[in-house]
Amino acid sequence: MLAKRIIPCLDIDRGRVVKGVRFQDVQDAGDPVEVARKYDYQGADELVFLDITASHEDRPILFQTVEQVAREIYIPLTVGGGVRTCADVRALLSAGADKVSINTAAVENPGFVTEAGGRYGVQCIVVAIDAKRVNKKKEPPRWEVFTHGGRRATGIDAIEWAQKMVEHGAGELLVTSMDRDGTKAGYDNELLRAISDTVAVPLIASGGVGTLDHLYEGLEEGRADAVLAASIFHQGTYTVGAAKEFLDGRGVRVRI
Amino acid sequence: MAAAIGVIDYGMGNLHSLGKALERVSASSRLVISYDPEELMNCDRLVLPGVGGVRECMNELRRLELNEMVVEAARNKPTLGICLGMQVMLEWSDENEGVPALGLFPGKVVRFPDPKPDGDGERLKVPHMGWNRVRQTQDHPIWSGVPDDSWFYFVHSYHAQPSNPDHVLGLSQYPNDFAAAVARDNIVAFQFHPEKSQNLGMMLLANFTHWDP
Repeated sequence: MLAKRIIPCLDIDRGRVVKGVRFQDVQDAGDPVEVARKYDYQGADELVFLDITASHEDRPILFQTVEQVAREIYIPLTVGGGVRTCADVRALLSAGADKVSINTAAVENPGFVTEAGGRYGVQCIVVAIDAKRVNKKKEPPRWEVFTHGGRRATGIDAIEWAQKMVEHGAGELLVTSMDRDGTKAGYDNELLRAISDTVAVPLIASGGVGTLDHLYEGLEEGRADAVLAASIFHQGTYTVGAAKEFLDGRGVRVRI
Repeated sequence: MAAAIGVIDYGMGNLHSLGKALERVSASSRLVISYDPEELMNCDRLVLPGVGGVRECMNELRRLELNEMVVEAARNKPTLGICLGMQVMLEWSDENEGVPALGLFPGKVVRFPDPKPDGDGERLKVPHMGWNRVRQTQDHPIWSGVPDDSWFYFVHSYHAQPSNPDHVLGLSQYPNDFAAAVARDNIVAFQFHPEKSQNLGMMLLANFTHWDP
């Protein structure tokens, strides 16, 4: 049966891997090619490569870095950040990406997801959802979608948005909790569970991992199909292999 | 002159990683990535890759006059199908309201059942995306050096149902057994992506480049 996936995430800013807290206070974490090669060697199931300032600064993604990373690894690579047109999708696939992640452009024009999926296959279209809790205390949980690298509120309900994106042809969802991102407090499992239980496509959990228990909780409580993490791997706290051994010991199906 | 491996480029899918992987495992071969039927017919072995929808795939193969070339080449050249390239080797696919395909293997291509909870109470997702084990159901030179039950990377919503069980080379499970690899004579095909499956995927591609059926 299908294994749960462990996916290191490389946030890229001006050609370097970086790590921020709650989408801000960015710190350097190395050269993308070296970091990608290391995770491939450690047994990562996929890599995600996000150009975190591309959408915000309204400039195209760094194709050259994508090419260099793709040349080094023999596992699937997802690339996102500033993907706006089918020409962008095609250029990224040609540069060696296997999937592209669409965020801001999907909110601005949901039809773009349908068009890109129709042309290149839904399996390569990942819709990234940056969600933030907006309910008041004692109210039932509610999350809102943000765009432009978490800078802009949209007023859109995240759960409804996830369903709509799947109807539009998203092949996979990458759900990031903005409240948890960089905090090492664990995923927002309530958010993950709410989405995973209502959509039929795979879900990647993102935002907040600080311990290996958090990975387990995202898969079990959040019912995610894959878990994405950055700082625990970048800082060398854990290797991907150690994370898999831990999950295997807890009875999770992983590729070892 | 070095033996040539032709990769059929009909505009569907990412040939970057496949080309790179083939170059890595067969330094002594010449890699030809082309949509020209004549150039491909001159190659010693052929790879038919593909991602996306089957209707557009068959339309493009016909438009570029590659469909007959593939069928003709597959009579005697070692030929490898990958993912959608495997699915179009069956007679028929249910995708896109039903599309007749190349018919190199009797049988059809069907969609995974609608997602429903598996034994753990968790719903199965479609596409079937990620790493899954492949159980080798027959000996074949393509498996040489590859342990049984190894992990390979899949991403697909439809799967092949060959009508001749002798053509099934390997099975995977999601939630039921399905054909992850098929073979007959000089043709072999994988539903998974060897070019995305790290060292063991490279080993399969290397085995294909040495295969002398």
